[in-house]
Amino acid sequence: MKFGVVVFPGSNCDRDALHAASHSAGGESVALWHKDSSIPDGIDCIILPGGFSYGDYLRCGAIARFSPIMKEVIAFANKGGLVLGICNGFQILTEAGLLPGALLRNTSLNFICRDVHLHTENRSTPFTSAVPDGRILRFPIAHGEGNYFADAATIEELEAENRVVFRYCTPSGEVTPEANPNGSAHNIAGIINKQGNVLGLMPHPERACDAVLGNSDGLAVFESLAQYALSTVL
Amino acid sequence: MQTFHALITITLRKGILDVQGKTVEQSLHSIGFDTIADVHIGKHVELNVRAESESEAYALVQDACAKLIANPIMEDFHVALQPVASETEAV
Repeated sequence: MKFGVVVFPGSNCDRDALHAASHSAGGESVALWHKDSSIPDGIDCIILPGGFSYGDYLRCGAIARFSPIMKEVIAFANKGGLVLGICNGFQILTEAGLLPGALLRNTSLNFICRDVHLHTENRSTPFTSAVPDGRILRFPIAHGEGNYFADAATIEELEAENRVVFRYCTPSGEVTPEANPNGSAHNIAGIINKQGNVLGLMPHPERACDAVLGNSDGLAVFESLAQYALSTVL
Repeated sequence: MQTFHALITITLRKGILDVQGKTVEQSLHSIGFDTIADVHIGKHVELNVRAESESEAYALVQDACAKLIANPIMEDFHVALQPVASETEAV
């Protein structure tokens, strides 16, 4: 399994993603510079990492979306390649139109940096197949603009097509308003595109991939991807 | 070619809760500005654009707003144009 992690000016979780994909999950990972105009052969999954690309100027992800590499990322996604957008990466995916909706300011107006609990709503995706049934995941969040918004028709479509992949919940798995850290519609923490190969989420699985750091729940995402890659080869 | 100055006002789309606006409104009320209501916070962008006509300039700025300056999923924008006096006119 080979991961390509895009490095934008202002990315700050690129190293975490590279480390999680290779060291923790046992894959291979390479950094891709935002000015590159091609994606090396053999990449199975592109990660758009967290951070503050272009200083969050104008809107989060708005400038990064027009980086030269994004043209290639969009083409890669349209050909069925796996794309994982984490935090700022999720924001970039919505700005690029690869995922519907937008991320608004947190309703509290605070930058929130803490662990959240997630219910995996759809375990039939390349990103979640290794999440054990009924297992509540604990991932960190660190964002000021994570309040998922889309018009009512889009939300309805996401729900009907089982494309809400992760929802904020209590430690015991109840989806309640109190468990929603940022005001996201329907407690949405992560969604997938119609084709099922592009996932965006605000929480950070790559920051929760090492028992030595106190949390390895995020490995489930990378293990799912590795299993998927293996299944497509065999 | 003429130069036009554009004033672009960007606000959250109607129907989206403007938490910043609400917070400022509550703060205004707490210091006695009881008659102030409907506070909304937005962004203000200014730019110059060269075009053959005002309508062409308007269309160009609208396109730039739709593609980059605003995000129509969550924001409304309003463009106001003014011709910039050319150098010859200025002399």
